[in-house]
Amino acid sequence: MISKQLSIFIENRQGRLGEVLGVLKNNNVNILSLSLADTTEFGLLRLIVSNPALTAEKLVKEGFSAMLTDILVVSIEHKSGSLQGALNALSDSGINVEYMYGLSVHGEKATVVLKASDLKKADEILAENGYSTLSAEEIVEF
Amino acid sequence: MIWSKEETLSRKEIESIQLERLKETVHKVYDRVLPYRAKMDAAGVKPDDIKSLKDLSKLPFVTKQDMRDNYPFGLFACDRDDLVRIHASSGTTGKPTVVGYTKSDMQVWTECVSRIACMGGATKKDIAQICFGYGMFTGALGLHYGLENIGATVIPSSTGNSEKQIMYMRDFGTTLLVATPSYALRLAEVARSMGIDPEKDLKVKIGLFGSELLTDSMRAEAHKYWGKDMLITSNYGMSELMGPGVSGECEQLCGMHINEDFFIPEIIDPETGEVKPEGEKGELVITCIKKNGLPLIRYRTKDITRLFYEPCKCGRMFVRMENLSGRSDDMLKIRGVNVFPGQIEDVILAFKELGPHYEIIVEREGYSDKLTIRVELLKSTDSYAELDNLSKSIRYKLHVVLGLDANVLLESPNTLQRFEGKAKRIKDLRKL
Repeated sequence: MISKQLSIFIENRQGRLGEVLGVLKNNNVNILSLSLADTTEFGLLRLIVSNPALTAEKLVKEGFSAMLTDILVVSIEHKSGSLQGALNALSDSGINVEYMYGLSVHGEKATVVLKASDLKKADEILAENGYSTLSAEEIVEF
Repeated sequence: MIWSKEETLSRKEIESIQLERLKETVHKVYDRVLPYRAKMDAAGVKPDDIKSLKDLSKLPFVTKQDMRDNYPFGLFACDRDDLVRIHASSGTTGKPTVVGYTKSDMQVWTECVSRIACMGGATKKDIAQICFGYGMFTGALGLHYGLENIGATVIPSSTGNSEKQIMYMRDFGTTLLVATPSYALRLAEVARSMGIDPEKDLKVKIGLFGSELLTDSMRAEAHKYWGKDMLITSNYGMSELMGPGVSGECEQLCGMHINEDFFIPEIIDPETGEVKPEGEKGELVITCIKKNGLPLIRYRTKDITRLFYEPCKCGRMFVRMENLSGRSDDMLKIRGVNVFPGQIEDVILAFKELGPHYEIIVEREGYSDKLTIRVELLKSTDSYAELDNLSKSIRYKLHVVLGLDANVLLESPNTLQRFEGKAKRIKDLRKL
Protein backbone atom coordinates (compact mmCIF):
# COMPACT_ATOMS: atom_id res chain seq x y z
CA MET A 1 0.00 0.00 0.00
CA ILE A 2 1.29 3.41 -0.90
CA SER A 3 1.71 5.77 2.07
CA LYS A 4 2.48 9.44 2.57
CA GLN A 5 5.69 11.00 3.67
CA LEU A 6 6.16 14.66 4.52
CA SER A 7 9.01 16.35 2.60
CA ILE A 8 10.18 19.72 3.85
CA PHE A 9 12.75 21.96 2.21
CA ILE A 10 14.96 23.66 4.77
CA GLU A 11 17.77 26.14 4.28
CA ASN A 12 21.06 25.20 5.85
CA ARG A 13 20.71 27.82 8.55
CA GLN A 14 21.03 27.66 12.29
CA GLY A 15 17.74 26.97 14.04
CA ARG A 16 15.76 26.15 10.92
CA LEU A 17 15.21 22.49 11.81
CA GLY A 18 14.10 23.53 15.29
CA GLU A 19 11.47 25.82 13.78
CA VAL A 20 9.96 22.93 11.82
CA LEU A 21 9.92 20.72 14.91
CA GLY A 22 8.28 23.56 16.83
CA VAL A 23 5.34 23.58 14.44
CA LEU A 24 5.00 19.82 14.87
CA LYS A 25 5.07 20.09 18.63
CA ASN A 26 2.44 22.86 18.70
CA ASN A 27 0.12 20.65 16.68
CA ASN A 28 0.76 17.51 18.71
CA VAL A 29 2.25 15.70 15.76
CA ASN A 30 4.30 12.64 16.58
CA ILE A 31 7.35 11.80 14.46
CA LEU A 32 7.61 8.09 13.65
CA SER A 33 10.75 8.35 11.57
CA LEU A 34 12.89 10.93 9.88
CA SER A 35 15.67 11.31 7.41
CA LEU A 36 17.70 14.45 6.93
CA ALA A 37 20.52 14.96 4.49
CA ASP A 38 22.06 18.21 3.46
CA THR A 39 24.09 19.89 0.76
CA THR A 40 26.10 23.01 1.55
CA GLU A 41 23.10 25.27 1.13
CA PHE A 42 19.91 23.36 1.82
CA GLY A 43 18.51 20.09 3.09
CA LEU A 44 15.40 17.98 2.68
CA LEU A 45 13.74 16.78 5.84
CA ARG A 46 11.66 13.67 5.24
CA LEU A 47 9.23 12.67 7.94
CA ILE A 48 6.83 9.88 8.64
CA VAL A 49 4.29 11.38 11.03
CA SER A 50 1.00 10.49 12.63
CA ASN A 51 -1.03 12.91 10.49
CA PRO A 52 0.87 13.85 7.34
CA ALA A 53 -1.86 15.80 5.48
CA LEU A 54 -2.76 18.05 8.41
CA THR A 55 0.90 18.56 9.30
CA ALA A 56 1.75 19.60 5.74
CA GLU A 57 -1.06 22.13 5.81
CA LYS A 58 0.13 23.60 9.13
CA LEU A 59 3.71 23.83 7.91
CA VAL A 60 2.75 25.56 4.66
CA LYS A 61 0.67 28.01 6.67
CA GLU A 62 3.76 28.79 8.74
CA GLY A 63 5.73 29.57 5.58
CA PHE A 64 7.58 26.30 5.12
CA SER A 65 7.99 24.60 1.82
CA ALA A 66 6.36 21.27 2.66
CA MET A 67 4.68 18.61 0.55
CA LEU A 68 3.39 15.06 0.68
CA THR A 69 5.32 12.40 -1.16
CA ASP A 70 4.23 8.86 -1.99
CA ILE A 71 6.42 6.18 -0.45
CA LEU A 72 6.19 2.55 0.58
CA VAL A 73 6.67 1.36 4.11
CA VAL A 74 7.95 -2.18 3.70
CA SER A 75 7.81 -4.75 6.42
CA ILE A 76 10.75 -7.16 6.47
CA GLU A 77 12.08 -9.89 8.71
CA HIS A 78 14.50 -8.52 11.24
CA LYS A 79 17.36 -10.72 10.07
CA SER A 80 20.38 -10.65 7.87
CA GLY A 81 19.68 -10.66 4.11
CA SER A 82 16.00 -9.83 4.34
CA LEU A 83 16.33 -6.27 3.06
CA GLN A 84 18.64 -7.41 0.30
CA GLY A 85 15.99 -9.90 -0.85
CA ALA A 86 13.41 -7.16 -1.18
CA LEU A 87 15.83 -4.91 -3.06
CA ASN A 88 16.93 -7.69 -5.39
CA ALA A 89 13.31 -8.35 -6.29
CA LEU A 90 12.84 -4.70 -7.21
CA SER A 91 16.11 -4.43 -9.05
CA ASP A 92 15.34 -7.59 -11.08
CA SER A 93 12.14 -5.92 -12.24
CA GLY A 94 13.96 -2.81 -13.36
CA ILE A 95 12.77 -0.65 -10.50
CA ASN A 96 15.17 1.97 -9.23
CA VAL A 97 15.23 2.80 -5.53
CA GLU A 98 15.68 6.55 -5.09
CA TYR A 99 16.15 6.60 -1.34
CA MET A 100 15.44 4.58 1.74
CA TYR A 101 15.64 4.90 5.50
CA GLY A 102 14.75 2.78 8.50
CA LEU A 103 11.45 3.27 10.26
CA SER A 104 11.47 0.93 13.22
CA VAL A 105 12.41 -2.43 14.61
CA HIS A 106 9.86 -4.35 16.59
CA GLY A 107 10.57 -7.87 17.77
CA GLU A 108 11.15 -10.06 14.75
CA LYS A 109 9.89 -7.42 12.32
CA ALA A 110 11.50 -4.30 10.95
CA THR A 111 10.19 -1.63 8.60
CA VAL A 112 11.90 0.61 6.07
CA VAL A 113 10.64 3.63 4.13
CA LEU A 114 11.33 3.28 0.45
CA LYS A 115 10.94 5.65 -2.50
CA ALA A 116 11.17 4.07 -5.95
CA SER A 117 10.77 5.07 -9.56
CA ASP A 118 7.46 3.22 -9.97
CA LEU A 119 5.80 2.81 -6.59
CA LYS A 120 2.73 0.95 -7.76
CA LYS A 121 4.77 -1.65 -9.57
CA ALA A 122 7.21 -1.84 -6.67
CA ASP A 123 4.31 -2.55 -4.32
CA GLU A 124 3.13 -5.40 -6.57
CA ILE A 125 6.59 -6.91 -6.95
CA LEU A 126 7.15 -6.81 -3.20
CA ALA A 127 3.81 -8.50 -2.58
CA GLU A 128 4.63 -11.22 -5.14
CA ASN A 129 7.86 -11.86 -3.26
CA GLY A 130 6.19 -12.12 0.13
CA TYR A 131 6.89 -8.64 1.46
CA SER A 132 3.99 -6.65 2.83
CA THR A 133 3.71 -2.87 2.78
CA LEU A 134 1.95 -1.07 5.59
CA SER A 135 -1.07 1.23 5.52
CA ALA A 136 -1.15 4.56 7.36
CA GLU A 137 -2.94 3.02 10.28
CA GLU A 138 -0.55 0.09 10.50
CA ILE A 139 2.40 2.51 10.43
CA VAL A 140 1.12 4.41 13.46
CA GLU A 141 0.40 1.21 15.34
CA PHE A 142 3.56 -0.60 14.41
CA MET B 1 54.64 63.20 -21.59
CA ILE B 2 51.73 64.91 -23.29
CA TRP B 3 50.57 62.95 -26.32
CA SER B 4 48.95 65.63 -28.47
CA LYS B 5 48.97 69.40 -28.79
CA GLU B 6 45.17 69.65 -28.41
CA GLU B 7 45.57 68.85 -24.72
CA THR B 8 47.38 72.13 -24.11
CA LEU B 9 45.23 74.46 -26.19
CA SER B 10 43.80 77.52 -24.44
CA ARG B 11 40.24 77.33 -23.13
CA LYS B 12 39.19 79.68 -25.91
CA GLU B 13 40.65 77.41 -28.58
CA ILE B 14 39.11 74.31 -26.99
CA GLU B 15 35.71 75.96 -26.86
CA SER B 16 35.94 77.07 -30.46
CA ILE B 17 36.68 73.49 -31.58
CA GLN B 18 33.83 72.24 -29.39
CA LEU B 19 31.30 74.67 -30.84
CA GLU B 20 32.22 73.89 -34.41
CA ARG B 21 32.04 70.12 -33.82
CA LEU B 22 28.87 70.38 -31.77
CA LYS B 23 27.09 72.20 -34.62
CA GLU B 24 28.23 69.59 -37.12
CA THR B 25 27.10 66.75 -34.86
CA VAL B 26 23.68 68.26 -34.17
CA HIS B 27 23.08 68.76 -37.89
CA LYS B 28 24.23 65.22 -38.57
CA VAL B 29 21.92 63.55 -36.05
CA TYR B 30 18.97 65.73 -37.01
CA ASP B 31 19.43 64.76 -40.65
CA ARG B 32 20.32 61.13 -40.18
CA VAL B 33 18.79 59.74 -36.96
CA LEU B 34 15.01 59.68 -36.83
CA PRO B 35 14.63 59.29 -33.05
CA TYR B 36 16.85 62.38 -32.58
CA ARG B 37 14.84 64.40 -35.06
CA ALA B 38 11.65 63.39 -33.23
CA LYS B 39 13.11 64.31 -29.85
CA MET B 40 14.40 67.68 -31.08
CA ASP B 41 11.14 68.48 -32.82
CA ALA B 42 9.24 67.63 -29.66
CA ALA B 43 11.53 69.95 -27.69
CA GLY B 44 11.07 72.66 -30.33
CA VAL B 45 14.77 72.97 -31.13
CA LYS B 46 16.35 73.03 -34.59
CA PRO B 47 20.03 72.44 -35.43
CA ASP B 48 20.45 76.13 -36.32
CA ASP B 49 19.36 77.13 -32.80
CA ILE B 50 22.74 75.92 -31.56
CA LYS B 51 24.80 79.09 -31.82
CA SER B 52 26.93 78.90 -28.68
CA LEU B 53 28.05 76.18 -26.26
CA LYS B 54 25.43 77.47 -23.81
CA ASP B 55 22.75 76.41 -26.29
CA LEU B 56 23.70 72.79 -25.64
CA SER B 57 21.29 72.81 -22.71
CA LYS B 58 18.39 73.34 -25.14
CA LEU B 59 18.92 69.85 -26.53
CA PRO B 60 17.05 66.86 -25.10
CA PHE B 61 18.88 64.19 -23.10
CA VAL B 62 19.60 60.70 -24.34
CA THR B 63 19.41 57.80 -21.90
CA LYS B 64 20.10 54.10 -21.85
CA GLN B 65 16.36 53.64 -22.32
CA ASP B 66 16.64 55.40 -25.70
CA MET B 67 19.32 52.91 -26.71
CA ARG B 68 17.07 50.07 -25.61
CA ASP B 69 14.08 51.49 -27.49
CA ASN B 70 16.17 51.72 -30.65
CA TYR B 71 17.98 48.40 -30.28
CA PRO B 72 20.24 47.49 -31.96
CA PHE B 73 21.24 50.12 -34.54
CA GLY B 74 18.41 52.68 -34.38
CA LEU B 75 20.54 55.55 -33.03
CA PHE B 76 23.42 55.02 -35.44
CA ALA B 77 24.16 57.98 -37.69
CA CYS B 78 26.21 56.21 -40.35
CA ASP B 79 25.45 53.67 -43.03
CA ARG B 80 25.75 50.11 -41.81
CA ASP B 81 28.57 49.28 -44.21
CA ASP B 82 30.66 52.13 -42.80
CA LEU B 83 30.77 50.37 -39.43
CA VAL B 84 34.00 48.51 -38.79
CA ARG B 85 33.31 47.34 -35.23
CA ILE B 86 30.41 46.50 -32.93
CA HIS B 87 30.65 46.29 -29.15
CA ALA B 88 28.00 45.71 -26.51
CA SER B 89 27.60 46.24 -22.80
CA SER B 90 25.02 45.42 -20.16
CA GLY B 91 21.58 46.84 -20.74
CA THR B 92 19.37 47.66 -17.78
CA THR B 93 17.30 44.58 -18.54
CA GLY B 94 17.12 42.01 -21.30
CA LYS B 95 18.98 43.16 -24.39
CA PRO B 96 22.49 44.61 -24.24
CA THR B 97 23.42 48.15 -25.20
CA VAL B 98 24.95 48.08 -28.68
CA VAL B 99 27.55 50.52 -29.96
CA GLY B 100 29.26 50.82 -33.35
CA TYR B 101 32.38 52.45 -34.77
CA THR B 102 33.36 53.69 -38.20
CA LYS B 103 36.98 53.75 -39.31
CA SER B 104 37.35 57.36 -38.22
CA ASP B 105 35.66 56.55 -34.87
CA MET B 106 38.33 53.90 -34.32
CA GLN B 107 41.03 56.51 -34.97
CA VAL B 108 39.42 58.89 -32.47
CA TRP B 109 39.16 56.11 -29.92
CA THR B 110 42.78 55.10 -30.39
CA GLU B 111 43.85 58.75 -30.10
CA CYS B 112 41.87 59.21 -26.87
CA VAL B 113 43.31 56.10 -25.25
CA SER B 114 46.83 57.02 -26.37
CA ARG B 115 46.46 60.31 -24.49
CA ILE B 116 45.11 58.59 -21.39
CA ALA B 117 47.93 56.04 -21.43
CA CYS B 118 50.52 58.84 -21.71
CA MET B 119 48.89 60.71 -18.85
CA GLY B 120 49.28 57.56 -16.78
CA GLY B 121 52.98 57.39 -17.61
CA ALA B 122 53.03 54.90 -20.49
CA THR B 123 55.71 55.14 -23.19
CA LYS B 124 56.97 53.18 -26.15
CA LYS B 125 59.34 51.35 -23.78
CA ASP B 126 56.58 49.73 -21.77
CA ILE B 127 55.48 46.13 -21.82
CA ALA B 128 51.75 46.41 -21.17
CA GLN B 129 49.74 43.48 -19.88
CA ILE B 130 46.02 43.95 -20.45
CA CYS B 131 44.06 42.05 -17.82
CA PHE B 132 40.61 43.17 -18.95
CA GLY B 133 38.26 40.64 -20.49
CA TYR B 134 38.53 40.65 -24.28
CA GLY B 135 35.28 40.35 -26.18
CA MET B 136 32.16 42.44 -26.47
CA PHE B 137 33.21 44.77 -23.67
CA THR B 138 35.12 47.84 -24.82
CA GLY B 139 37.70 47.90 -22.03
CA ALA B 140 40.33 45.50 -23.30
CA LEU B 141 40.35 46.36 -27.00
CA GLY B 142 40.20 50.09 -26.26
CA LEU B 143 43.36 50.00 -24.15
CA HIS B 144 44.90 47.53 -26.56
CA TYR B 145 44.74 49.82 -29.59
CA GLY B 146 45.77 52.92 -27.65
CA LEU B 147 48.81 51.26 -26.09
CA GLU B 148 49.90 49.75 -29.41
CA ASN B 149 49.52 53.18 -30.95
CA ILE B 150 52.03 54.72 -28.58
CA GLY B 151 54.39 51.86 -29.37
CA ALA B 152 54.16 49.85 -26.17
CA THR B 153 54.48 46.07 -26.34
CA VAL B 154 51.03 44.72 -25.63
CA ILE B 155 50.31 41.39 -23.93
CA PRO B 156 46.59 40.65 -24.39
CA SER B 157 46.39 38.25 -21.45
CA SER B 158 42.71 38.99 -20.68
CA THR B 159 41.21 37.99 -17.33
CA GLY B 160 41.38 34.81 -15.31
CA ASN B 161 44.07 32.23 -14.71
CA SER B 162 45.89 34.52 -12.31
CA GLU B 163 48.91 32.27 -11.86
CA LYS B 164 49.59 32.34 -15.57
CA GLN B 165 49.18 36.13 -15.53
CA ILE B 166 51.95 36.31 -12.92
CA MET B 167 54.11 33.97 -14.99
CA TYR B 168 53.77 36.27 -18.03
CA MET B 169 54.58 39.26 -15.87
CA ARG B 170 57.73 37.70 -14.56
CA ASP B 171 58.92 36.00 -17.75
CA PHE B 172 58.07 38.81 -20.19
CA GLY B 173 59.08 41.62 -17.83
CA THR B 174 55.72 43.42 -17.77
CA THR B 175 56.10 47.07 -16.75
CA LEU B 176 52.52 48.27 -17.12
CA LEU B 177 49.38 46.65 -15.79
CA VAL B 178 45.89 47.32 -17.14
CA ALA B 179 43.26 45.93 -14.76
CA THR B 180 40.42 46.80 -12.45
CA PRO B 181 41.80 47.96 -9.09
CA SER B 182 40.41 44.91 -7.37
CA TYR B 183 41.94 42.52 -9.89
CA ALA B 184 45.29 44.27 -9.48
CA LEU B 185 45.09 43.57 -5.76
CA ARG B 186 44.03 40.01 -6.38
CA LEU B 187 46.97 39.47 -8.73
CA ALA B 188 49.37 40.75 -6.07
CA GLU B 189 47.87 38.28 -3.62
CA VAL B 190 48.31 35.42 -6.08
CA ALA B 191 51.92 36.47 -6.77
CA ARG B 192 52.68 36.34 -3.05
CA SER B 193 51.08 32.93 -2.74
CA MET B 194 53.48 31.79 -5.49
CA GLY B 195 56.42 33.11 -3.46
CA ILE B 196 56.82 36.16 -5.69
CA ASP B 197 57.01 39.64 -4.17
CA PRO B 198 55.35 41.94 -6.73
CA GLU B 199 57.42 44.91 -5.65
CA LYS B 200 60.82 43.20 -5.75
CA ASP B 201 60.47 40.32 -8.17
CA LEU B 202 58.32 41.95 -10.85
CA LYS B 203 58.94 45.07 -12.92
CA VAL B 204 55.45 46.56 -12.97
CA LYS B 205 55.80 50.31 -12.37
CA ILE B 206 52.63 51.65 -13.97
CA GLY B 207 49.03 50.77 -13.22
CA LEU B 208 46.28 51.96 -15.55
CA PHE B 209 43.21 51.06 -13.57
CA GLY B 210 39.71 51.38 -14.85
CA SER B 211 36.29 49.84 -15.31
CA GLU B 212 35.75 50.16 -11.56
CA LEU B 213 35.98 52.91 -9.00
CA LEU B 214 39.52 53.49 -7.69
CA THR B 215 39.09 54.70 -4.12
CA ASP B 216 41.94 56.28 -2.14
CA SER B 217 42.04 53.28 0.14
CA MET B 218 42.36 50.87 -2.79
CA ARG B 219 45.11 52.99 -4.28
CA ALA B 220 46.94 52.93 -0.95
CA GLU B 221 46.45 49.18 -0.74
CA ALA B 222 47.79 48.71 -4.27
CA HIS B 223 50.90 50.72 -3.39
CA LYS B 224 51.46 48.47 -0.40
CA TYR B 225 51.71 45.42 -2.66
CA TRP B 226 53.08 46.77 -5.91
CA GLY B 227 55.44 49.33 -4.37
CA LYS B 228 55.12 52.96 -3.38
CA ASP B 229 56.83 54.10 -6.59
CA MET B 230 54.22 52.60 -8.86
CA LEU B 231 52.28 55.28 -10.73
CA ILE B 232 48.66 54.29 -10.29
CA THR B 233 46.05 56.24 -12.23
CA SER B 234 42.43 55.65 -12.94
CA ASN B 235 40.68 56.28 -16.20
CA TYR B 236 37.06 56.56 -17.20
CA GLY B 237 34.82 55.75 -20.07
CA MET B 238 31.78 53.77 -21.05
CA SER B 239 30.94 51.93 -24.21
CA GLU B 240 28.01 54.21 -25.08
CA LEU B 241 30.41 57.14 -25.29
CA MET B 242 33.24 55.18 -26.92
CA GLY B 243 34.79 52.93 -24.27
CA PRO B 244 37.82 53.76 -22.17
CA GLY B 245 39.49 57.01 -23.13
CA VAL B 246 36.85 59.56 -22.21
CA SER B 247 39.03 60.78 -19.34
CA GLY B 248 42.08 59.79 -17.33
CA GLU B 249 44.27 60.92 -14.47
CA CYS B 250 47.67 62.47 -15.01
CA GLU B 251 50.59 62.11 -12.58
CA GLN B 252 49.20 64.99 -10.48
CA LEU B 253 46.37 62.68 -9.39
CA CYS B 254 43.89 65.54 -9.10
CA GLY B 255 41.02 64.32 -11.25
CA MET B 256 40.61 62.80 -14.70
CA HIS B 257 41.18 65.03 -17.73
CA ILE B 258 38.31 64.75 -20.19
CA ASN B 259 39.27 64.70 -23.87
CA GLU B 260 37.31 67.86 -24.50
CA ASP B 261 37.92 68.14 -28.21
CA PHE B 262 35.86 64.95 -28.54
CA PHE B 263 33.49 65.17 -25.57
CA ILE B 264 31.60 68.03 -23.93
CA PRO B 265 30.79 67.35 -20.28
CA GLU B 266 28.00 68.91 -18.24
CA ILE B 267 26.91 68.33 -14.64
CA ILE B 268 23.18 68.26 -14.05
CA ASP B 269 20.82 67.81 -11.18
CA PRO B 270 19.60 64.23 -11.80
CA GLU B 271 16.12 65.13 -10.53
CA THR B 272 15.40 68.32 -12.44
CA GLY B 273 17.83 68.04 -15.35
CA GLU B 274 19.09 71.58 -14.67
CA VAL B 275 22.74 72.28 -15.48
CA LYS B 276 24.81 72.92 -12.35
CA PRO B 277 27.61 75.46 -11.98
CA GLU B 278 31.29 74.50 -11.97
CA GLY B 279 32.46 72.63 -8.90
CA GLU B 280 29.03 71.37 -7.87
CA LYS B 281 28.28 67.70 -7.59
CA GLY B 282 25.75 66.09 -9.90
CA GLU B 283 25.22 63.64 -12.73
CA LEU B 284 27.72 63.69 -15.57
CA VAL B 285 26.19 64.25 -18.99
CA ILE B 286 28.39 63.84 -22.05
CA THR B 287 27.97 64.91 -25.66
CA CYS B 288 30.12 63.15 -28.25
CA ILE B 289 31.17 65.72 -30.86
CA LYS B 290 33.45 63.78 -33.16
CA LYS B 291 31.76 60.49 -33.77
CA ASN B 292 30.10 59.13 -36.88
CA GLY B 293 28.77 55.77 -35.75
CA LEU B 294 26.96 56.62 -32.54
CA PRO B 295 27.24 60.35 -31.78
CA LEU B 296 25.24 60.51 -28.54
CA ILE B 297 24.07 63.96 -27.50
CA ARG B 298 23.67 64.83 -23.84
CA TYR B 299 23.98 61.23 -22.77
CA ARG B 300 23.11 60.73 -19.13
CA THR B 301 25.94 58.64 -17.69
CA LYS B 302 24.23 58.31 -14.26
CA ASP B 303 27.69 58.73 -12.71
CA ILE B 304 27.96 61.35 -9.98
CA THR B 305 31.00 63.64 -10.05
CA ARG B 306 32.22 67.28 -10.20
CA LEU B 307 34.15 69.25 -12.82
CA PHE B 308 37.13 71.55 -12.32
CA TYR B 309 38.30 73.87 -15.06
CA GLU B 310 41.35 75.56 -13.53
CA PRO B 311 44.57 74.57 -15.31
CA CYS B 312 46.39 71.49 -14.05
CA LYS B 313 50.07 71.51 -13.03
CA CYS B 314 50.72 68.90 -15.70
CA GLY B 315 50.20 71.52 -18.42
CA ARG B 316 46.98 70.10 -19.80
CA MET B 317 44.09 72.50 -20.18
CA PHE B 318 41.33 69.91 -20.38
CA VAL B 319 38.74 69.97 -17.62
CA ARG B 320 39.17 67.46 -14.80
CA MET B 321 36.40 65.29 -13.40
CA GLU B 322 36.65 64.10 -9.84
CA ASN B 323 36.79 60.39 -9.11
CA LEU B 324 33.20 59.13 -9.19
CA SER B 325 31.21 59.32 -6.01
CA GLY B 326 28.29 57.12 -6.87
CA ARG B 327 25.47 56.55 -9.31
CA SER B 328 22.11 58.20 -9.81
CA ASP B 329 20.63 54.81 -10.72
CA ASP B 330 20.91 51.35 -9.19
CA MET B 331 23.72 50.00 -11.35
CA LEU B 332 26.31 47.91 -9.50
CA LYS B 333 29.92 47.35 -10.49
CA ILE B 334 30.83 43.78 -9.69
CA ARG B 335 34.31 42.58 -10.59
CA GLY B 336 34.45 45.48 -13.05
CA VAL B 337 31.24 44.41 -14.79
CA ASN B 338 28.14 46.61 -14.94
CA VAL B 339 25.21 44.86 -13.35
CA PHE B 340 21.68 46.20 -13.31
CA PRO B 341 19.29 44.62 -10.79
CA GLY B 342 16.68 44.54 -13.57
CA GLN B 343 18.79 41.99 -15.44
CA ILE B 344 18.77 39.72 -12.40
CA GLU B 345 15.04 40.22 -11.91
CA ASP B 346 14.40 39.21 -15.52
CA VAL B 347 16.25 35.94 -14.98
CA ILE B 348 14.42 35.14 -11.74
CA LEU B 349 10.95 35.94 -13.06
CA ALA B 350 11.50 33.56 -15.95
CA PHE B 351 11.67 30.59 -13.54
CA LYS B 352 8.20 29.36 -12.72
CA GLU B 353 9.62 27.47 -9.74
CA LEU B 354 10.54 30.77 -8.06
CA GLY B 355 8.54 33.51 -6.42
CA PRO B 356 8.93 37.16 -7.46
CA HIS B 357 10.88 38.17 -4.37
CA TYR B 358 14.65 38.14 -4.37
CA GLU B 359 17.63 39.72 -2.67
CA ILE B 360 20.95 40.65 -4.21
CA ILE B 361 23.94 40.57 -1.89
CA VAL B 362 27.34 41.87 -2.91
CA GLU B 363 30.26 41.22 -0.60
CA ARG B 364 34.00 41.58 -0.72
CA GLU B 365 35.98 38.38 -0.15
CA GLY B 366 39.64 39.26 -0.01
CA TYR B 367 40.00 41.48 -3.07
CA SER B 368 37.24 39.92 -5.07
CA ASP B 369 33.54 40.71 -5.22
CA LYS B 370 31.09 37.96 -4.41
CA LEU B 371 27.55 38.08 -5.75
CA THR B 372 24.80 36.10 -4.05
CA ILE B 373 21.16 35.96 -5.09
CA ARG B 374 18.57 34.75 -2.62
CA VAL B 375 15.37 33.44 -4.16
CA GLU B 376 12.22 31.81 -2.84
CA LEU B 377 11.00 28.40 -3.88
CA LEU B 378 7.34 28.48 -4.79
CA LYS B 379 6.59 24.83 -4.36
CA SER B 380 8.22 22.09 -2.44
CA THR B 381 9.96 19.07 -3.79
CA ASP B 382 11.17 15.75 -2.54
CA SER B 383 14.11 15.57 -4.86
CA TYR B 384 17.66 16.77 -4.29
CA ALA B 385 18.35 16.38 -7.98
CA GLU B 386 15.50 18.77 -8.78
CA LEU B 387 16.80 21.39 -6.36
CA ASP B 388 20.33 20.97 -7.58
CA ASN B 389 19.30 21.28 -11.20
CA LEU B 390 17.20 24.34 -10.46
CA SER B 391 20.07 26.01 -8.66
CA LYS B 392 22.49 25.18 -11.49
CA SER B 393 20.04 26.36 -14.09
CA ILE B 394 19.57 29.74 -12.35
CA ARG B 395 23.34 30.16 -12.07
CA TYR B 396 23.76 29.34 -15.72
CA LYS B 397 21.13 31.87 -16.85
CA LEU B 398 22.62 34.54 -14.60
CA HIS B 399 26.01 33.86 -16.12
CA VAL B 400 24.62 34.15 -19.64
CA VAL B 401 23.00 37.50 -18.86
CA LEU B 402 25.55 39.07 -16.51
CA GLY B 403 28.77 37.41 -17.61
CA LEU B 404 29.44 36.75 -13.93
CA ASP B 405 29.29 33.79 -11.58
CA ALA B 406 26.73 34.17 -8.84
CA ASN B 407 25.87 32.05 -5.83
CA VAL B 408 22.23 31.12 -5.69
CA LEU B 409 20.54 30.48 -2.37
CA LEU B 410 17.20 28.72 -2.51
CA GLU B 411 14.93 29.68 0.37
CA SER B 412 11.54 28.72 1.72
CA PRO B 413 8.56 30.86 0.72
CA ASN B 414 8.08 34.06 2.74
CA THR B 415 11.65 34.05 4.00
CA LEU B 416 12.75 37.23 2.23
CA GLN B 417 11.74 40.64 3.44
CA ARG B 418 8.64 42.21 1.88
CA PHE B 419 8.47 45.93 1.21
CA GLU B 420 5.52 48.24 1.22
CA GLY B 421 7.15 51.16 -0.53
CA LYS B 422 10.11 50.92 -2.88
CA ALA B 423 11.70 47.51 -2.49
CA LYS B 424 15.26 47.44 -1.21
CA ARG B 425 16.48 44.29 -2.85
CA ILE B 426 20.17 45.11 -2.94
CA LYS B 427 22.58 44.68 -0.05
CA ASP B 428 25.96 46.03 -1.04
CA LEU B 429 28.12 45.07 1.92
CA ARG B 430 31.44 46.02 0.31
CA LYS B 431 33.53 48.57 2.17
CA LEU B 432 35.60 50.22 -0.52
